[in-house]
Amino acid sequence: MSNLYWESFRTFFKIGMFTLGGGYAMIPIIEEEVVNRHRWVEKEEMLDLIAIAQSCPGVFAINISIFVGYKLNKVRGAIMTALGTALPSFLIILAIAMFFHQFEDNPVIAAMFRGIRPAVVALIAVPTFNLAKSAQLNKFTIWIPIVSALLIWLMGVSPIWIIIVAGVCGYLWGKGVGK
Amino acid sequence: MIFLYLFITFFEIGLFGFGGGYGMLSLIQHETVEHWHWMTSAEFTDIVAISQMTPGPIGINSATYAGYTAVKNAGYSVPLAVLGSATATFALVLPSLILMVLISRMFMKYMQTRTVHSIFLGLRPAVVGLLAAATLLLMTPENFSTPTDNLWQFGVSCFLFLASFYGVLIVKINPIRMILYSALAGLVLLY
Repeated sequence: MSNLYWESFRTFFKIGMFTLGGGYAMIPIIEEEVVNRHRWVEKEEMLDLIAIAQSCPGVFAINISIFVGYKLNKVRGAIMTALGTALPSFLIILAIAMFFHQFEDNPVIAAMFRGIRPAVVALIAVPTFNLAKSAQLNKFTIWIPIVSALLIWLMGVSPIWIIIVAGVCGYLWGKGVGK
Repeated sequence: MIFLYLFITFFEIGLFGFGGGYGMLSLIQHETVEHWHWMTSAEFTDIVAISQMTPGPIGINSATYAGYTAVKNAGYSVPLAVLGSATATFALVLPSLILMVLISRMFMKYMQTRTVHSIFLGLRPAVVGLLAAATLLLMTPENFSTPTDNLWQFGVSCFLFLASFYGVLIVKINPIRMILYSALAGLVLLY
């Protein structure tokens, strides 16, 4: 194996290891490593990669790492960088999961988590509003999130169906307007 | 059998997980809690809390943890639970690997076109709905208690929810710090 495999694995392992908050918090760190330090990707190309990785499903940081790995060493390179990004998370969470199962009945830990749970629900509520702002909802589109949420919440419809239908509708709408 | 279901479920989540980590959480929540009953909504909430506080992408963190918990809850041993977390994480990443390689190979030039743009015109508002639904589905007695069950805990929970919401959205307090504050509040008020 060439040194580049190991180097790219190590770089993305470091990125996965030291970014708290995940996702978009990782962009500046990825740019610093991949563009400025190693010069694997040009700055303009990086902007394109970010845009494409955002429009694709899946974990954003993993998507970026696959692009860079593929560019360096084709499929095997992509596997190395994806592995590098995921491995720190995997190992840390595994250690916590094994550890936590022994302590979840501890009254101190249990009390802390009774306080944490409502806060975490709020943490999921916050991006709802932030995303609503960046989606630039108006009186013609505001019903989409409302109907989607009600279908999932009250009717038990799978979010996967909502995604598929919304994507197809957007596509058809684009076609209609284009003509 | 649970490993096969874990694989299929997390492959689907990886394939349809648009809208970043939190968008993916609503899919994980629906599949693991509502559909398969692999865990309770309180367990899922704990997983989100821990995924937020540890380094790395929240999607990978929560898939690893959910895979572990699902197998453990089904009554299997720790090594098998480790295998469960590996299965979930691998299945989550696999669609990305396939899609990204395909795009790198041949579809790069199609990605920033009007068609993709118009698909996202529909997707973005829907993801807002997904997150709203995840929030509503997590407002359970397990996470908040109920006024009849334990009025004090219910009141404290509602206060912590509103305080965290206001703190993170308006005051822009770091989410990890907010989790630590509420852990402290839980320790003092709900011990």
